[in-house]
Amino acid sequence: MEKLSLNVDIKNEQKKAQELIQNQGLRVLVCAGTGCVANGSMQVIEKFKQLGVDVAILNEKDKMTAVPTGCHGFCEQGVLVTIPKLKVTYVKVKVSDVEEIFESHIKGGKPVERLLYVDPMTHNHVMDDEHINFYAKQTRTALKNCGNINAESIDEAIAARGYEALYMVLAENNPDKVIETIEKSGLRGRGGGGFPTGRKWRFTAANKGGKSYVVCNGDEGDPGAFMDRSVMEGDPHKLLEGIAIAAFAVGADEAYIYVRAEYPLAIKRLRKAIKDAEERNFLGNNIMGTNFNLTIHIREGAGAFVCGEETALIASIEGERGMPRPKPPFPANKGLFGRPTLINNVETLANVPVIILKGADWFSSMGTETSKGTKTFALTGEVNNTGLIEVPMGTTLRQIIFDIGGGMREGKKFKAVQIGGPSGGCLTEEHLDIPMDYDNLIKAGAMVGSGGLVVMSDKTCIVEVARFFMNFTTNESCGKCVPCREGTKNMLAILQKIVKGNGTMEDLDKLEELAEVVKAGSLCGLGKTAPNPVLSTLKYFRDEYIAHIQDKKCPAGVCKALKKIVIQEELCKGCTKCARNCPVGAIQGTVKNPHKIDQSKCIKCGACVSACPFKAIVSE
Amino acid sequence: MTENNKKTLFINDIEVEFDKEKSILEVAKKAGIEIPTFCYRPDLTQFGACRMCVVEIEKRGIQASCTMPPEAGLRVYTNTKKVRKIRKTILELLLAHHDRECTTCSKSGSCELQKYSFEYGITNIPFEKIKEEDFIPIDSSSYSIQRDMNKCILCGACVRACREFQGLSVLDFYNRGYRAKVQTMANKNMFDVDCVNCGQCASVCPTGALTVKSNIDMVYDLLLDREVKVAIQFAPSVRVALGEMFGLKAGENSIKKMYAAARKLGFDLVFDTNFSADLTIMEEANEFVQRVVKNENLPIFTSCCPAWVRYMELKHPDMLNHLSTAKSPQEMLSSTIKEFAPKFYEGVTKENLKVVSVMPCSAKKYEAKREELKGQTDVVLTTVEFAKMIQTEGIDFNNLKEEEANSPFGGYSGGATIFGASGGVAEAAVRTAYNMITGKNLENLDIQPLRGVDSSSRSKEAVVDIQGKKIKIRVVSTLIEAEKAIKEIKEGKADFQMLEVMACPGGCVNGAGQPISCKDARIKEDRMEGLYKEDKNLAVRNSHENPEIQKLYKEFLETPGSKLAHHLLHTTYSDKRKGSYLDLK
Repeated sequence: MEKLSLNVDIKNEQKKAQELIQNQGLRVLVCAGTGCVANGSMQVIEKFKQLGVDVAILNEKDKMTAVPTGCHGFCEQGVLVTIPKLKVTYVKVKVSDVEEIFESHIKGGKPVERLLYVDPMTHNHVMDDEHINFYAKQTRTALKNCGNINAESIDEAIAARGYEALYMVLAENNPDKVIETIEKSGLRGRGGGGFPTGRKWRFTAANKGGKSYVVCNGDEGDPGAFMDRSVMEGDPHKLLEGIAIAAFAVGADEAYIYVRAEYPLAIKRLRKAIKDAEERNFLGNNIMGTNFNLTIHIREGAGAFVCGEETALIASIEGERGMPRPKPPFPANKGLFGRPTLINNVETLANVPVIILKGADWFSSMGTETSKGTKTFALTGEVNNTGLIEVPMGTTLRQIIFDIGGGMREGKKFKAVQIGGPSGGCLTEEHLDIPMDYDNLIKAGAMVGSGGLVVMSDKTCIVEVARFFMNFTTNESCGKCVPCREGTKNMLAILQKIVKGNGTMEDLDKLEELAEVVKAGSLCGLGKTAPNPVLSTLKYFRDEYIAHIQDKKCPAGVCKALKKIVIQEELCKGCTKCARNCPVGAIQGTVKNPHKIDQSKCIKCGACVSACPFKAIVSE
Repeated sequence: MTENNKKTLFINDIEVEFDKEKSILEVAKKAGIEIPTFCYRPDLTQFGACRMCVVEIEKRGIQASCTMPPEAGLRVYTNTKKVRKIRKTILELLLAHHDRECTTCSKSGSCELQKYSFEYGITNIPFEKIKEEDFIPIDSSSYSIQRDMNKCILCGACVRACREFQGLSVLDFYNRGYRAKVQTMANKNMFDVDCVNCGQCASVCPTGALTVKSNIDMVYDLLLDREVKVAIQFAPSVRVALGEMFGLKAGENSIKKMYAAARKLGFDLVFDTNFSADLTIMEEANEFVQRVVKNENLPIFTSCCPAWVRYMELKHPDMLNHLSTAKSPQEMLSSTIKEFAPKFYEGVTKENLKVVSVMPCSAKKYEAKREELKGQTDVVLTTVEFAKMIQTEGIDFNNLKEEEANSPFGGYSGGATIFGASGGVAEAAVRTAYNMITGKNLENLDIQPLRGVDSSSRSKEAVVDIQGKKIKIRVVSTLIEAEKAIKEIKEGKADFQMLEVMACPGGCVNGAGQPISCKDARIKEDRMEGLYKEDKNLAVRNSHENPEIQKLYKEFLETPGSKLAHHLLHTTYSDKRKGSYLDLK
């Protein structure tokens, strides 16, 4: 293929953009991801702007600019304020703190210690990201710019080498080579399935000729997962660039980004980004002077989890009910509106530009034998540091939980971790040191999924966790195929029976049999993976199920129906406070005599436990 | 692969050749193995929802055979332990959520859920069962279709049929997960939605969720009433399908046994709708010729299909002038015999004569209730209902001695018999219109391009040269195809002068009143062949040459389109749009 000379000088554009950033003076990066916005980051930014008007007092090029950025990832510590030049990150910042930061640190050079992050292990105040384990142990590629650039400014994206990869690809004018690079990089689908991305591109490109589409799956539905949202909110141009490169490679001239309507900020920023990119001719017709055209549309999903399944998503874009379709035909052959369609997840596409820029070898140097590059995880549960992280494939659970996550909260004992949301499975202590990648996790009975990581302690009931996820999939099943529609419902019914203490050992067998049928017989990924939480917990925590069934006990003390609240007679002084606080009148007794709880009336609300001044009431 | 580049795969270790089969399920069928399925229907899009058809494929694991395309060398097993486990569990899960009152279900005996449950030996349902208080009331509002959602297994066949055949989507999925239901818009009853009564939803339904309403009891009331004389008539396509209920092959013509059975059942007069099909041709062909001469209201639309007529009234009331005003054969026969039979048959009066028709159709039940046609056809039975009466009375159908219909009003031509297949009305009309214009018969009566009922023949065209004038005929079946033709007319792109429409894919041979044929696309073709075979073998093949028809005009009606003919044999149409949900402001 002949190399093309483009009508854009990307290096020059970069230079101009970097100058613009230089002119901003002291950059104060305030997280404007959804979590921090909810915590008031927009007001924090406003306040910084107000103070920044008084530019003369600044020694830093006499200027300060408050930059609303995408998600920094450390959401539980929001609002996060990072000032790179002062090498400082402030956490849990409120509007009322801004003035102090400004006066004391920016003007006076004295950090505000009370707003610094406290390391949960050492209890020391930590100044900057390099010393906050949560950040220091990560390797950010897809999320690289999130938190470092103004998500709504195309100049800042360009300054961070945005659209350079697209420029290279268009100048090279060799779609096949692009696919080769992606194949060589070893990138696999980040939406959960882990299908080799390059192969998917090749399949789609094989049908080149007529109309083809690229679809970006931004229907992130796993409870607790928000990496795609962070990319869309924090670095929308990277996603657009990834889509454009993919479209060029497979010969598409139209693309759709399917985003859940619950992500209004992501939608807003994507819309602006598309408009800005079109104005610069990075999207639209004759991109950068070539004959490559690309129109990107945004489709808002109505919140059905199953629409994250690619064929259901395609149906939804077409205006149909969001129900999966049988495969084959695969979207690469017959997808959106019956045309060849490449469908990739947000995170997958966000990895594309950097692979082009730095090369397949660079990317494949990270990760394990079969899973290359980095993966984002949404870390939640009983760890000290929760939030969004990105680590090389092959990182162990131990590193994530105990290094990045800062260990278990309140010194609790680690019990299990649920990986991959409702489609994933539970792993235990014995898995803490296996390198996490697509294949190892499948082998262990879980899956990378979209990367949800819920850390559980011994205070978490594993049966309840299984019930929780089963309830989720039961409600999110589209209702099309019998095993998923009826099977999940009946699995949930059995789990409900067990957590209520009414389960039998036969129920357990039935549950396991049903799980196998749902897994093998369902039409789409939702049903095929729905039994994973049940199967993996049955595998590793069967005892806990049996305790619920045979001993009628919840070892973690979570299941309400199996809880029994009792008054320890020897400690009870007969003050009557518990009886007065009981909302259902279940406690009887006379003054100065030990009281008793009528178990048939008790609703286990625990009001008496907290009311008792003598700690005489316990739940067992 | 074996020699000659023939592609083969293995089913239960037996090598099977395949060619155009779209799925493993079809290949297995070819190999003589019927894989169970609820949602697979050869004439509808593949859906893959019921999962009954799962098979185990070496290196591919469990796959739905209805959506899995055949590939050379695949090793497919249809009966593994895992497969059996899945199928049994699916049945148990479905039954747990099903109204299992089989004995009082009108689908009993032909229900696929019942059949597979029996075959798989389901004797116990290990899951929480639906409670009677959660049952949804049965919707019997429609004249044609009964809807019992407690029997629905959500296979989506009806949803696809309504949408893919008729473009109406009267039924669709609502809610999600285990709360999912097949419902009408806003859960209105079937009478209040834009249903055209074609009944294709019922004919593809594997259970008793959607059934064609039964009127058998009304017929017995008439038969057992000594004060009335009951006449019966049989639609063209009934003769090549009813035998299937008695083990005969599809397409085998058993009309003469049906005449005999009717007399055994106590019908006083046995007529044939084929007679009035010839009559329809006389009126419609004349109307067509008149319109061509005056060049008005062209293209002419046939009007024998009541679902199509209703569609026009609901969706295109501005184009009703295109519809032929000729009544359908059912109604023509009813009004003709009510008018003239007393002159020929002793003891028959206008007042005491009741007419029962046997139709391949559910929409005919609705047609008989139309305001414009009231009091003509008294009860409409389907092919299946009539067969049921024969069974009820213990009549040994196969060994019946053949009988003839009563004459007059029982004789027919080949042109009438082909009414039962899509294209037949147009072919018969052209045969007679040609004669009306030229005074001569067509040299070749077979208009081949208009024939065919398979899914690739839903829109056909033929050009006939009549005295140098080229007449183009478009024949469509399914309303989706009709809508395309209408669009062409509205856009001024239509170049045809006659449009024949049958709402059911393939025409009446595939009507909703016929024995179940939804699992085998071949059945309707066999029925069609039975009709063309009779046409070929009849001495009289042109409607205008039917001696009984000639006599009727000579003695009473004078000419087609005469004042009396108009009064008796033509009808009117009107705008029947309902307050559309979108119009409600």
